[in-house]
Amino acid sequence: MLLIPCPWCGDRDETEFGYGGQAHVPYPEAPETLTDAEWAEYLFVRDNPEGPFTEQWVHTAGCRRWFTLVRDTTCNDILAVHRTGTTNPVHP
Amino acid sequence: MTETPANPHRLARGGRIDRSASLSFTFDGTRYHGHRGDTLASALLASGVRTVAPSIYRRRARGIVAAGVEEPNALVQLDGPCQEPMLPATTVELFDGLSARSLSGKGRLDPREDTALYDKKYVHCDVLVIGGGPAGLAAALAAGRSGARVILVDEQNELGGSLLSSRAERIDHAPASDWVASARDELTALPEVRLLTRATAVGVHDHGLVLVAERRTDHLGSTPLPGVSRQRLWHVRARQTVLATGAHERPLVFADNDRPGVMLAHAVRTYVNRYAVLPGRRAVVVTTNDSAYATAIDLVAAGVQVPVLVDARPEPPPALVAQVRAAGVEVRTGSAVVGTDGDPSLTAAWIAPLDRRGGAADATAVPCDLLAVSGGWNPVLHLFGQAQGTLRYDESLAAFVPERRPKGLVTAGAANGTCHLAGCLDEGTAAGTEAAARAGFTDDAPPARPRAQDAPPAPARALWTIPGGAGEPPTWHTHFVDLQRDATVADIHRAIGAGMRSVEHIKRYTTIGTGQDQGKTGAVVAIGAIAEALGVGSPGEVGTTTFRPPYTPVSFALLAGRDRGHLNDPVRVTPIHDWHVAHGAAFEDVGQWKRPWYYPRPDETMEAAVLRECRAAREAVAVMDASTLGKIDIQGPDAGEFLNRLYTNAFAKLKVGSCRYGVLCKADGMVFDDGVVMRLAPDRYLATTTTSGAAAVLEWMEMWLQTEWPDLRVHCTSVTEQWATVAVVGPKSRAVLAHLAPDLDLSAEAFAFMDFRETRLADGVPARIARVSFSGELAFEINVASWHGRAVWDAVMAAGAAYDITPYGTETMHVLRAEKGFIIVGQDTDGTVTPEDLGMGWVVSKRKEFVGKRSYRRPDTARPDRKHLVGLLPDDPTELLPEGAQLVADGVPTTTESGPVPMLGHVTSSYRSAVLGHTFALALVKDGRNRLGQSLQVPLVGRTVRATVTEPVFYDKEGTRRDG
Amino acid sequence: MSHELPEHPDWLWRNPDPKPSYDVVVVGAGGHGLATAYYLAKNHGITNVAVLERGWLAGGNMARNTTIIRSNYLWDESAALYEHALKLWEVLPEELEYDFLFSQRGVLNLAHTLQDVREGVRRVHANRLGGVDAEWLSTEDVKKFCPIVNTSSDARYPVLGATLQPRAGIAKHDHVAWALARKADAYGVDLIQGCEVTGFLRDGDRVVGVETTRGRINAGKVALAAAGHTSTLAARVGLRLPIQSHPLQALVSELLEPVHPCVVMSNHVHVYVSQAHKGELVMGAGIDAYPSYTRRGSVQIIEAQMAAALELFPLFGRAHVIRTWGGVVDVSPDASPVVGLTPVENLLVNCGWGTGGFKATPAAGWVYAHTIATGQPHPLNAPFGLERFTTGALIDEHGAAAVAH
Repeated sequence: MLLIPCPWCGDRDETEFGYGGQAHVPYPEAPETLTDAEWAEYLFVRDNPEGPFTEQWVHTAGCRRWFTLVRDTTCNDILAVHRTGTTNPVHP
Repeated sequence: MTETPANPHRLARGGRIDRSASLSFTFDGTRYHGHRGDTLASALLASGVRTVAPSIYRRRARGIVAAGVEEPNALVQLDGPCQEPMLPATTVELFDGLSARSLSGKGRLDPREDTALYDKKYVHCDVLVIGGGPAGLAAALAAGRSGARVILVDEQNELGGSLLSSRAERIDHAPASDWVASARDELTALPEVRLLTRATAVGVHDHGLVLVAERRTDHLGSTPLPGVSRQRLWHVRARQTVLATGAHERPLVFADNDRPGVMLAHAVRTYVNRYAVLPGRRAVVVTTNDSAYATAIDLVAAGVQVPVLVDARPEPPPALVAQVRAAGVEVRTGSAVVGTDGDPSLTAAWIAPLDRRGGAADATAVPCDLLAVSGGWNPVLHLFGQAQGTLRYDESLAAFVPERRPKGLVTAGAANGTCHLAGCLDEGTAAGTEAAARAGFTDDAPPARPRAQDAPPAPARALWTIPGGAGEPPTWHTHFVDLQRDATVADIHRAIGAGMRSVEHIKRYTTIGTGQDQGKTGAVVAIGAIAEALGVGSPGEVGTTTFRPPYTPVSFALLAGRDRGHLNDPVRVTPIHDWHVAHGAAFEDVGQWKRPWYYPRPDETMEAAVLRECRAAREAVAVMDASTLGKIDIQGPDAGEFLNRLYTNAFAKLKVGSCRYGVLCKADGMVFDDGVVMRLAPDRYLATTTTSGAAAVLEWMEMWLQTEWPDLRVHCTSVTEQWATVAVVGPKSRAVLAHLAPDLDLSAEAFAFMDFRETRLADGVPARIARVSFSGELAFEINVASWHGRAVWDAVMAAGAAYDITPYGTETMHVLRAEKGFIIVGQDTDGTVTPEDLGMGWVVSKRKEFVGKRSYRRPDTARPDRKHLVGLLPDDPTELLPEGAQLVADGVPTTTESGPVPMLGHVTSSYRSAVLGHTFALALVKDGRNRLGQSLQVPLVGRTVRATVTEPVFYDKEGTRRDG
Repeated sequence: MSHELPEHPDWLWRNPDPKPSYDVVVVGAGGHGLATAYYLAKNHGITNVAVLERGWLAGGNMARNTTIIRSNYLWDESAALYEHALKLWEVLPEELEYDFLFSQRGVLNLAHTLQDVREGVRRVHANRLGGVDAEWLSTEDVKKFCPIVNTSSDARYPVLGATLQPRAGIAKHDHVAWALARKADAYGVDLIQGCEVTGFLRDGDRVVGVETTRGRINAGKVALAAAGHTSTLAARVGLRLPIQSHPLQALVSELLEPVHPCVVMSNHVHVYVSQAHKGELVMGAGIDAYPSYTRRGSVQIIEAQMAAALELFPLFGRAHVIRTWGGVVDVSPDASPVVGLTPVENLLVNCGWGTGGFKATPAAGWVYAHTIATGQPHPLNAPFGLERFTTGALIDEHGAAAVAH
């Protein structure tokens, strides 16, 4: 059970959160201009690194805010946490 | 105090047992006696019983080997109101009336109900100390004195660890037991320190989480105590953890090393000193290291004959040798035990000198009934390994010790490979101080360090297998490595001979280390034996297998905790639930909700009830509790734009006071949820969702809002449980509503379809009434604050009584909507269906962009011949097609002789219709809209029926009924 | 050694050093890699093959799964592939001359809601027409088939029925791998353990070999079969795959006298359980939500799984968990595998099996070997190419969205 540092509420058990996949994958500006392959890349292809991974979580059973974690997928160490839309790490 | 005749092997005095409490127990059908403070194993040994059930596969006689969780042989089935299988007798505390049976490595599940309670606690601390021996106690004292919140857990019934087995050890110039008592008292007095005994740390998980299994009542008896949990699983979230988990002694591997009477030397010491039990009368001690000398001396002190101590080391420490010799024990150095005699319990040990390479010759027999063996010590690093700590092999200890320690973890004492008391105390103090400091607590006063006077032991000799008997290692079929798995040196050689090199392969081939004990005595021995067999320099090159939770077995029931029965998943009910129960509703589980499925009258079948409910809705008036539908309040100046971006159809221009049906698709264009959205104000909407989709839709909305469009000024809030919704349906619904909502003009002109009105009901309750219909009939949905839900329901029932108002459940709802061709997401869709597939292209805006729109242009998604939602009319109007039945084109064989039958699609919904007078169905059919009028085969089990493809709207195609 | 169970062979495999060059290098000596090598040799006569394994042979998910074998998948394409596997399972013990304890004891998939019932009945009908044995059991029939299942109507989620695939069952995973490895080795395939692929040798757009911790190895074709680590490998040639690697946990109990006659799965309460030949209960549950390569998962998944297990099997309450573990499963967006060619010439992928890899082992090897040998997908894996993510022709085995009014 991960201990996740919600940037608004502080450390909470993983069971309070929902997982949202890789962060910073914006919805394409003009989807209609994309090729099928480019659209497929947006829909289905995400990074899957062994190491630091920037991902989105939502504090479902808390403040309901989405935020961004940088987590090392080889050990689950949490390296940074950001409020959505900011790039400065937060240490609640 | 005198020895009881029932305990012929009990010492007259000493031990940590309570001789005032004589406990009677039964083992394999025979009655024995013991004392409070005994384990089942110590009481058996005191009674002269040392043979337990034969081994699992080879049926060899076996005895008690150890005194703790590492015991490989003495597994028992504990009787009681619900039996428990596979408990080591060495860990079962004796209670009066205990009854157990010996097991040959395999237990039995008791089918009777376990009425005991199991619960969980979730706690945080600054420093968790695991192990209450000298190192752990010193660590807890150091950390506790700093003011840190400390939890100390220990698996035994009392603190002290290895000191409970000691006799002459002294700390701070007093008997060690005095120090244990004073440490316990001081820790108890510290306000931020919690002590847990009978509590085993079983798993270390991510981010400092440690699971601790506490046995709260097992020592009191097998009958559950009312209101008291039998076991408790602690989830301890620790900033820092000190592992003071001690060490397990290793056995020696020699011919016939599995005889009853062969015991671990430290276990012998434990039985003598802690339990005042003599496991034998004439003992030979065999060792590779210093520790067993104390066993020899304590045995002599207890009156046991110890003719000889055998040390594999050619030159053991002279002081130890002198001490033992002074006690009258012969010391043979550079020697080992090479075999045993017995009938089958031990009668003699064969001792022989070892040559430099470990070979043996010229064995002599020494009569004995107890062989105390020590093959060295394994630091207990299971938890350390679970936490991803790495190990290295230490040549002088002949053991694996910590190498890279994981974050937040400190090791101390024997777990660190430190085997002398003074070192354990020092390391414990240092570890406790360090852990507290890392957690932000420092003690300004210089630590009062407990001290002992002993010195580190001399290096051990690594002796993994001992030759003996005839033949080479591949034939050593009685050199047991893993007693519980009946696995031998010969088995290891066979695995290697087959081509295996990895310890993981050899483990799996031989099954070594896979028993209930997870190889606590055998695993490292096996690694040594593998290193020898492969001819590699050191066990370090072989490496260990992976440590996995739990450290000791944990019952399923404890892991499940209180999440049993109706607490397995929360039950959600509406404010009107009690009425449904009182009126005999059958319920359907939808998500976590209990929804009325139908309301059978006495002796009425489901089919009859549903037809009756349907008829009422179509011909008169019927009522349904629709409170479970998800409801999301969406507010803010950009709310309309927000909905426009998410729903396939447009909402920005929806009039205040109006409702619109909307569909949500995922970015892949597939239908995800649907529902009616009301516009409450220019900047406020209320979106309804499916019952079980509510949470996912809210999370989905929040994700887009917060991560993709943070510039939109919108807030979403779940209001599902704030509202109760009563749907009044049918041609007489307007009449019923007229009684309920006297202030409202209910005429079709004044209150149009898909409008809603705010009003006060006759009894003054504020209500929002919507003219939405999931049945095609004139219908009103009354929304009120949930605490008014039941009263409003009652008012509806009263007002409707004159019209014979009929409550209906989800099944009738399904029939009514299917007659109109309305879909149910999840039933008529399965995550692979687009709005276009459903014939709902009208709900997909051509003008605006929305999430997933691009997906419809993909080649497969744009195919005109995808599966379409169509109607099906069975040729036989009484034939109810099973939902899920597959459809096959006319003329295609429906047997599989020549391969899979090509299928066109399946029946998604199928009902008997009261209003149509026949059965009907909805189906997803390949190219279905171009098959209208086609006859399809519906192969069922043992027969095939036929049905004709139709439009999916069966009733009131013109929509004339919705205005009443 | 176990004397109730069949003895292992005295000989399994050589431990050769890598040669400088092979016709085919398979990366990953798990079940799929080994089956691929076996069928390359047996079906296509290609024996100049190396299977490279960074750890120990079959030490990844092959060593960590719950050994369930079934073919009762929803979609025709999936059912065809898994049914091909099941037919191979039925002949492999004899063909490989290795009794790997394949036991066709039947698999029940329980239904707990009306939605589950619809999904189950749909699957049964589709399976029967697809040539997959399948039956729908009423609650009473479930009780007869597996008497220890709790069929009480006041369970939190009562059992409303189940699908049964009688030919489905379990096999001993390690032994399957060893059986395949032994025969592959006998055909001359080099099984090279402790040999990690660290990069690819390129000639223009083509892959011509691999860099490993034991040196460069040239290869006519390189076939990835590395499960959760496939993305990391593919990334080394700039290939991005629609794969996420998640922890999947499982556990075993101590040995118990036989009590559980079949395999029971429940998607609704999230548990699957069988009792292995030796006597231990073997259980699994769902994947962890987040990707991770740690080979361990979150403990609340285990706790929820035990609670679910006790709902179905109250008599398991006093059994004990003796070991839990995690694997790294490669999950694709539609929960179906990716088996086929890639945009990189001479590089093939077999991945995305998620939680279904073990049961597919022989079929995965069969069709992958075909694709490697002929340069074209076998008809059974043709629908499972990477192209489907572009065209939208997914094979969505997530099943029904489980949403209902």
